[in-house]
Amino acid sequence: MPVNFMPTGVDYLRILPEIIMTVAGTLIMLIEGWLGGENKKTNLSILTFIAFAAALVAAVAANTNPGVSFSGMFVVDGFATFFRVLVIAVGILSLFSATQYLKREHAESSEYYALLLFSVTGQCVMAAANELILVFIGLEISSIATYILAGYLRDDKRNNEAALKYFLLGSFATAFLLYGIAWIYGTTGSTNLETIRTALLTPGSDRNLILAGTAAALMFVGFAFKVSAAPFQIWAPDVYQGAPAPVTLFMSVGPKAAAFAVFLRVFMMAFAPISSRWAPFVWSSALLSMIVGNFAALLQTNIKRMLAYSSIAHAGYIMVAIAAHNQIGIAAAMFYLAAYALMNIGAFAVVTHFSRQGEKFVNIEDLAGLGWKQPVTAGLFAIFLLSLVGVPLTAGFFGKFYIFRAALDANLVWLAILGMLNSAVAAYYYLRILVVMYMNEPGEATLAIQPVSAGIGATLWVSAVGTLVLGIFPSILLNFANSSSVLVK
Amino acid sequence: MTLLSAVIFLPLIAFLIILALPRDNPNLVRMFSLIASIAIFIVSLGLIAPVLSAAAGKFVFETNQMWIETPAINYHIGLDGISLWLVLLTTLLTPLCVLVSWKSIDKHIKQFFAFLLLLEFGLVGVFCALDLFLFFVFWEVSLVPMYFLIGIWGHERRIYSAVKFFLYTMTGSALMLIAMIYIYNLAGTFDYTKILAGIQSGAIPLTANEQLWLFLGFFIAFAIKVPLFPLHTWLPDAHVEAPTAGSVMLASVMLKMGTYGLLRFCVPLFPGAARANADWIIILAIIGILYGALVAMVQPNMKKLVAYSSVSHLGFVVLGIFSFTQQGFDGAVYQMLAHGISTGALFLLVGFMYDRRHSLEISAYGGVCTPAPWLATAFMITMLASIGLPTLSNFIGEYLVLQGTSLVNMHWTVFAALGAIFAACYMLWLYQRAFFGKPTEDLTHHMPDLNFREYAIMVPLIVLMVWMGSYTQSFLPPISASNAVLLGPVDARREIHVRALPPKMTPRLTPQTEVANAR
Repeated sequence: MPVNFMPTGVDYLRILPEIIMTVAGTLIMLIEGWLGGENKKTNLSILTFIAFAAALVAAVAANTNPGVSFSGMFVVDGFATFFRVLVIAVGILSLFSATQYLKREHAESSEYYALLLFSVTGQCVMAAANELILVFIGLEISSIATYILAGYLRDDKRNNEAALKYFLLGSFATAFLLYGIAWIYGTTGSTNLETIRTALLTPGSDRNLILAGTAAALMFVGFAFKVSAAPFQIWAPDVYQGAPAPVTLFMSVGPKAAAFAVFLRVFMMAFAPISSRWAPFVWSSALLSMIVGNFAALLQTNIKRMLAYSSIAHAGYIMVAIAAHNQIGIAAAMFYLAAYALMNIGAFAVVTHFSRQGEKFVNIEDLAGLGWKQPVTAGLFAIFLLSLVGVPLTAGFFGKFYIFRAALDANLVWLAILGMLNSAVAAYYYLRILVVMYMNEPGEATLAIQPVSAGIGATLWVSAVGTLVLGIFPSILLNFANSSSVLVK
Repeated sequence: MTLLSAVIFLPLIAFLIILALPRDNPNLVRMFSLIASIAIFIVSLGLIAPVLSAAAGKFVFETNQMWIETPAINYHIGLDGISLWLVLLTTLLTPLCVLVSWKSIDKHIKQFFAFLLLLEFGLVGVFCALDLFLFFVFWEVSLVPMYFLIGIWGHERRIYSAVKFFLYTMTGSALMLIAMIYIYNLAGTFDYTKILAGIQSGAIPLTANEQLWLFLGFFIAFAIKVPLFPLHTWLPDAHVEAPTAGSVMLASVMLKMGTYGLLRFCVPLFPGAARANADWIIILAIIGILYGALVAMVQPNMKKLVAYSSVSHLGFVVLGIFSFTQQGFDGAVYQMLAHGISTGALFLLVGFMYDRRHSLEISAYGGVCTPAPWLATAFMITMLASIGLPTLSNFIGEYLVLQGTSLVNMHWTVFAALGAIFAACYMLWLYQRAFFGKPTEDLTHHMPDLNFREYAIMVPLIVLMVWMGSYTQSFLPPISASNAVLLGPVDARREIHVRALPPKMTPRLTPQTEVANAR
């Protein structure tokens, strides 16, 4: 136990992104009272953007001086930086795509921005947590903010349903996680990930194997719920469909990336000594997620629901990388999460743009003829869809490529084959959107389409350029992921 | 930047320029596409001389640059005697496809020509890639524009066909990708020449079992593309529903991606597995030859007839490859090119007729000879080439394949040759029904003869059919040289020589054992 609990200057620097976003979130809630008219509320989004940008810079800067802080609770390393930058970037893009939506629904208020900031703060904490209690705190900060965001439009039935479902099931899953933390504390006497690892590596710890295994299983349930991996995915379609489109955009990417960050850190570091025990469960969960997600998505008519099932399938692909439990698997998962963030944000941004007031148009059929009515939007959407399919020269392809390479490296030949065949199934439902957009005559929804707002446009272009750049020059990101995938130092 | 890189990337540049052209000026788009594709063809002609003068079977214009660090993926391209002609076939057919789509494509013109050029980019790349991964990238890139070409500009059942086409190919390529990654994890490289050398020298150890599964991983992807019976069901749909230009590119070039893959990757990389599986593959090829021909015979739809004839013709190619003889390989490649020219021409001619009558049914025609004699002449030459009449292109390919096969197994030759006879049946019968007889009043009015644009399309193809059929020396030597290299580890005649050892080598039976055997 360290003697001195007083944080030093460098500790504050390492946690600066979180501080910036917390302070900004609190300020935003306070100053709303002083802002009079409706139009002034745009300033809030600008303020949020500045906070995010500052946090991004701080997160990058913190990586120049990596190390542990706060008595080993908090760690800044390449891995943490990767995910902190990722979730903050996701925050910025979801902010861009939300502004117009909030105006349209007459629901612009400070809470939205503040909750977004708090949620991202929680995710940053998760990414950098080196200790299970902090993992739990980060998870709760992120989740509670997201629960509220899911039900943000109070008067909307579907929003309420989504929020309630998400909250109840989410709390249940968190309880599992907490119980697992309690077990592992009872077994190893610590909640620090490195100490747990050391304890599990110590000869003679076999007698604790059942206890440690139970703890891992309980925590697996908690994490699998958060990343919406089967068989704990039931909530995802309803919540994704019910929540406001820009919130779904955020939810399907940010919290998921952070949960995977924690998942990777806990299982690939602390529980790595017993990996032969948990790997089969991750293997099964990966396969089940891919199958459930892809086959259920085939039947959907609502585009939000379809993308929800598709996100379950994508969680399955990432689970394949974890099932490989090797270092290239970690790097592959990191790369995939970044690629997935870009393409999924892009796809949901199009949905946000297209759905119009009250989210009237969220059926796949509504997109009929968009390819000829708004060629640029549809063209960008096509890039995201092809990336989700996994066509070469897009980020999604390299993501899948690295994941299945990791799987084959770990001799998971069958999982790789079944995974690739799954992605051929997935091609069908993504293609259906392309078919509707380009091969059907424009319908009522398409003819009345308005031009793309600046915020959505920015989101679309950033995501599309990112998808293509990662698809043509993946080394840019992969080299960093490779170098920072060493979790055990 | 070598000449070859220029030929690969010029179509991509043209694609981007077309995207930037204004939407409301279709003539500008058409003119630009035509000029660009002709220019690309002219540039690609420059590839011939260096390949012809290169040492036998060597890759020329080889470029090897790092693209992605880890895993090591290189932009490694090169051209040998086989890929040279396939690249030229692609660059020749693209301007012809632009021409044939000049009037017949009347909506979303800009996007159509853009996709056509993007398709050319993918196809040229496929034939030049010497890095497995790069090959895969081009392979998939060519899929997307074709999907849109069929799905947007096709006929009634276009969407069904486009999706079917995409999913079939995607499933096959998923397995191929797994096989490629598996090889990478063993060899540490995607480089084709290194992997080939490693496998041949034993530096990359493959157990028989691994070889079998890797072979199948590649083979299924290629067999779907060829298509080999029974994986051919996407082909009639895609060919019939595609617009004329799409059918031409599909039949003439995209199917060759499959046979090229077999020849370049499947057989040389996994010679043992290829030999072990040759029997059932040959049987499937022969079934394909006969089945394709018989089904073609009963088609009331001209495009479907030509499509099934492709199944039959491509069966010959697979047969030639899996005979593992020099003649078989040479014939297979020659047949690939000849089929590209003749079937492409058939689809173009059917397209001309469709433009005039808006029907693909044979029964909607009859007596076309009278109002359109030159169209009928062009159709006749092309049809005869497709049947395999001596002095026209397909004869050489089919003959060489049959000769190569006969060296190994005479039965196969007999059955395959039946396919050539059936070909005469369905083609001549088609010609008789569509072109002879007395034309109806209506047909006479709506069947003008070839116009200038259509002459410009047909004349080069017919010249090539005659040239390829009567003077093989212009085309065959580089093909043979490259084939000899590919054939090295799998030559069938080696085994025949072994089998033909004089019988005296085997010990004579002694009277005692004879008695014992008699009991």
